[in-house]
Amino acid sequence: MPITKLLIANRGEIAVRIIRAAKELGIKTVQVHSLADADSLAVKMADEAVNIGPPHAAKSYLNVDNILKAAKDTGADAVHPGYGFLAENANFADAVKAAGLVFVGPEGESIRIMGDKVAARAAAEAAGVPVVPGSDGRVDDPERARLVAEAIGFPVMIKAAAGGGGRGIRVAHDLSEFETLMPQASAEAKAAFGDGGLYIEKVIEKARHIEVQILGDGQRAIHCFERECSLQRRRQKVWEEAPSAVLPQEVRDKLCASAVALAEAVKYRGAGTLEYLYDDQTHHFYFIEMNTRIQVEHPVTEMITGIDLVREMIRVAGGAPLSISQDDVKMKGHAIEVRINAEDPAKNFMPAPGTIASLRVPGGPGTRFDTMLYQGYQVPPFYDSLLGKLIVWDETRDGAIARMVRALDELDVGGLATTKPLHQLLAADESVRTAQFHTRWLEPWLEQNAHKLNS
Amino acid sequence: MAQLLSPLPGTFYRRPSPDKPAYKEDGDKVKAGDVVGLIEVMKSFNEVKADADGKITFIAENEEPVMAGQALAEIA
Repeated sequence: MPITKLLIANRGEIAVRIIRAAKELGIKTVQVHSLADADSLAVKMADEAVNIGPPHAAKSYLNVDNILKAAKDTGADAVHPGYGFLAENANFADAVKAAGLVFVGPEGESIRIMGDKVAARAAAEAAGVPVVPGSDGRVDDPERARLVAEAIGFPVMIKAAAGGGGRGIRVAHDLSEFETLMPQASAEAKAAFGDGGLYIEKVIEKARHIEVQILGDGQRAIHCFERECSLQRRRQKVWEEAPSAVLPQEVRDKLCASAVALAEAVKYRGAGTLEYLYDDQTHHFYFIEMNTRIQVEHPVTEMITGIDLVREMIRVAGGAPLSISQDDVKMKGHAIEVRINAEDPAKNFMPAPGTIASLRVPGGPGTRFDTMLYQGYQVPPFYDSLLGKLIVWDETRDGAIARMVRALDELDVGGLATTKPLHQLLAADESVRTAQFHTRWLEPWLEQNAHKLNS
Repeated sequence: MAQLLSPLPGTFYRRPSPDKPAYKEDGDKVKAGDVVGLIEVMKSFNEVKADADGKITFIAENEEPVMAGQALAEIA
């Protein structure tokens, strides 16, 4: 049944983005908000607003009972989770459904499968999608571990089966190093996690981060080509593009087909992204994980395909089949997005909450600024630092970079520090201009260029 | 007696993580430089250190939103 009243269980620029899509579909909107967000742009734009608790996210944006009560009280018939917060919480998706509401996203079960690294890897392999070569689960026998390492080829990563967050990871570059590190890693894992179990994975050196946007209606899935997000700081994407500047067409075809195969295999509904590591020397790609939600960087895909991804995910959630077929999806030109964060690049990206004293927004051809800012808005310190996303499109990548330089020059956020100077420096960098980078390129570059950001 | 003021706006935590005990309890003796809490600003965590020696009494609660300059505790 088509959605008539949509509750947005999120905040910031994505809440604004979802309200825009809903309004264009003739859907009423309910914006839930914490006490700290009572004056937010999303609250001002929505038809109704409901305070769901104190600033601390655990008591408001993560408070399932309060969100469901707000939906009931306002007569909303659907919930859009945005990204972050409850967007990939399978229990929340189930609770929304159990309350008789539509969850704008996949079934809880799809979130559960794709959110579990081991289950997602197994689903990918079953659908014929390449994964990072490794031991397929834990290896406890040193002899078998050595055979696995030799079979996948050095360097290899030794990871604690019970670990997480990068803890207990060691890299062995050859067999003798492997023989030394394996028992150390096992002992450390036993001490840290009470479980000495290990698994082994190939190290993809100088990998690029390439991801495929997919849309599904539960029966059929299509892809909307790829994005490249290799410029990262502390695993946070900083600069995103569509398409990737370095992907040969035949590799693109295979990559995108693999994403569709996996999405259809899990009967995916809504917008989703499959993330891959890509080795531009060998042209091999390896599935790493799936994000079962709309992503921050979705606008670059919208700019090159002309598809409104948020509108389409709302339509599909309302029970409609996909409005487009794969043949309708055409890619044109090149788009780049940069994240404008309330962080001071001159002070090691220290968070910079505060009041927007003045605001000049860039415009003109091929220029889009998705933001929740307005003059006088107080950026609260309680949530992430994303203030807006500056997105540009042009016929060519060189044209898009020139347009980004021009648009960044127009952008003026007064009253607090932002990451704008970082993007100006990146846009002028020769490696960025020639797309010669990988996921570990930006951090050393930041160290080498710190003096330019500090002035 | 001195008030320990929040150096930053954000969320005040009295524990290093939800499953760990509080850094300090009311009435504990602290020395200048001891970590007594955390302030989360835009998902980045900053330690709050005592600025005097003495007995600490907390004014701000765990997970309370605080402004820069707001009193977090008294050290006497």
